[in-house]
Amino acid sequence: MPLIELKNLSKTYNTTAFPVQAVKNVNLQIKKQEFTAIVGPSGSGKTTLLNLIGGLDKPTGGSVFVEERDIATLKANELIDFRLHHIGFVFQAYNLIPVFTAKENVEFIMLLQGISKTIRDKKAVELLNAVGLGERIDSRPSQLSGGQQQRVAVARALASRPNFVLADEPTANLDSHTAESLLDLMEQLNKDYEMTFVFSTHDPRVIKRAHRVVTLEDGAIKFDVGGKN
Amino acid sequence: MYLSLSWRNLWRNKKRTIIAATSVFLAVLVAVVMRSMQNGSYAYMIRSSVKFYTGYLQVQGKGYWENRSLDRSIVIDEKQQKEILQIPHITSIVPRLEAFSLVSFEKVTKVAQITGIDPEAENNMTDLKKRLVQGNYLTDMPGGVLIAQGLANMLKIGIGDSVVLYGQGYHGVIAAARLPVAGIVKFPIAKMNNAMVFLTLTNAQNTFSAYGRITSLAIMLDNIKNQAHVYNSLSSMLGGQYTLMTWQEMMPDLVQGIELDNASGLIMLIILYIVIAFGIFGTVMMMTTERAKEFGVLVSVGMQKTRLIWVTTLETAFLAFLGAISGAVFSLPVITYFHYHPIPITGNAAPVFELLGVKPIFYFSTDPWLLINQAIVVLLIALATALYPIFFIKQLQPVQAMRS
Ligand SMILES: Nc1ncnc2c1ncn2[C@@H]1O[C@H](COP(=O)(O)OP(=O)(O)OP(=O)(O)O)[C@@H](O)[C@H]1O
Ligand SMILES: [Mg+2]
Repeated sequence: MPLIELKNLSKTYNTTAFPVQAVKNVNLQIKKQEFTAIVGPSGSGKTTLLNLIGGLDKPTGGSVFVEERDIATLKANELIDFRLHHIGFVFQAYNLIPVFTAKENVEFIMLLQGISKTIRDKKAVELLNAVGLGERIDSRPSQLSGGQQQRVAVARALASRPNFVLADEPTANLDSHTAESLLDLMEQLNKDYEMTFVFSTHDPRVIKRAHRVVTLEDGAIKFDVGGKN
Repeated sequence: MYLSLSWRNLWRNKKRTIIAATSVFLAVLVAVVMRSMQNGSYAYMIRSSVKFYTGYLQVQGKGYWENRSLDRSIVIDEKQQKEILQIPHITSIVPRLEAFSLVSFEKVTKVAQITGIDPEAENNMTDLKKRLVQGNYLTDMPGGVLIAQGLANMLKIGIGDSVVLYGQGYHGVIAAARLPVAGIVKFPIAKMNNAMVFLTLTNAQNTFSAYGRITSLAIMLDNIKNQAHVYNSLSSMLGGQYTLMTWQEMMPDLVQGIELDNASGLIMLIILYIVIAFGIFGTVMMMTTERAKEFGVLVSVGMQKTRLIWVTTLETAFLAFLGAISGAVFSLPVITYFHYHPIPITGNAAPVFELLGVKPIFYFSTDPWLLINQAIVVLLIALATALYPIFFIKQLQPVQAMRS
């Protein structure tokens, strides 16, 4: 059973002067514990595809199934709760709440889930240790480097015990060395926690690290290499 | 954690928050001080005015106010007077018998208002004795009359001379008397200064053959706040046989003057409120729009919009409370100070007060409701601005918010 299944997924934006077909008839299955990169040139539809998978955007055609559930059947607030409990998100920027410390940022997602303070505390520290920020748990985002901030974001994404993590260009704002080490971390977590990662990138060095690479061109899948079958 | 999130969000931009909170603070302070001064001055003016003659309430015969005839005089015996005095908040009652009659001395004759008074009760209420410029008060010479200075001048009469009263008494009986002048009193209002003659109540009752009768009973209260209450007790005690008039009915000009002034005060308040509303609104709007991306991320990762709305509303509430509470707290010593050190009035308004024979001062009220009301109003205004983030978050689309 695939964890994520996209069937004839399409998204057309009609907001502009002429319609833009950002995602075209995508069929894709992602299994548990895969480590998949969505790649493609700028404007190829990476972000749109991830947003559709994450239920942040509504498809204009086709469906998204997560554990065989069609997420289109969820009401707006159910969808938000669905994201809270099933998906971890890492964005390119503005991931963290600036007035919260690293630990509080990680804790917050668990607070939203209604997890008790003691467990939140324990788990936040544990995760921040896992992402190598054990020393910085009380630092605010502004006191952390870009790479460290993204590590906190990854820790937060894992804190909600999601089924999978979606990361849209998590390394875009990082230098290549930092980018690599973030990838090391994600790979490690993929292994240790059996966590499924779907991330987009157009950085060749990051692409190299993916176990499976799905290439988009004009919203359609051009290549799909490395998946376990 | 939500509380701490809101609180810390509030201090992201310290300067802006301080400016906004200060504006709320100042609004409450100004509003409270202004209302305190207005309300305090009204109460002072009303008290001075009712003390001058009418009292807060007056018991009269039916139709007496419209047609001042001795035939509409009433009898309120001692027992009834005692009962009235027993009503809580009534501090004193002042009986009077008023009649118009001719007064003459030698060749001059004038029309005067003759008022029979209980010299002591009258003095306690109106300070009549203080108006004495010559001669003795009625307590020292119960058989005499007090003549207003203007009238005395017209009659060319002095202390020791005797004035002749000639008029109509109760039920058309002829009233005539020759009474010695005990003292001359001076009134700041010309109309009174040229017309008033006082004598003891018994003397007046005898002269006008209105034995045991009065035309009005003026009533003083401890506080204007209790007027409605006393009015109700009194009117149910008196039943339908008398008319109970309020100072508002007896002095419509004063009511109008106060209403006019109050309205202009309220307009100023509303302008103040509007300025404040925009100030807070601007702050809240900036605090909201600049965080659109952050809100987008929060909703994306699974924060329900209602929770986010709760957080932003708390921010506004903190801001408003901070300003409103500190404003109310700080204004308390300010109005208390002015309550004990009233501001003297100078310029155009001063003579109006002097006309009433009262000190021209701005009196300040320390009614705690003043603080509470203003703080609540400003608080509500501030909270109304929280509608902006609510609306903003409701229509927020996380993808668009993060893209922009
Ligand atoms: N909200 C939107 N309204 C209109 N057009 C949009 C919207 N979002 C994306 N598009 C368009 O859809 C296409 C795909 O955009 P998308 O952001 O998914 O590409 P991308 O591969 O993520 O690009 P990049 O590498 O620059 O992030 C583009 O042509 C883009 O202009
Ligand atoms: Mg993109």
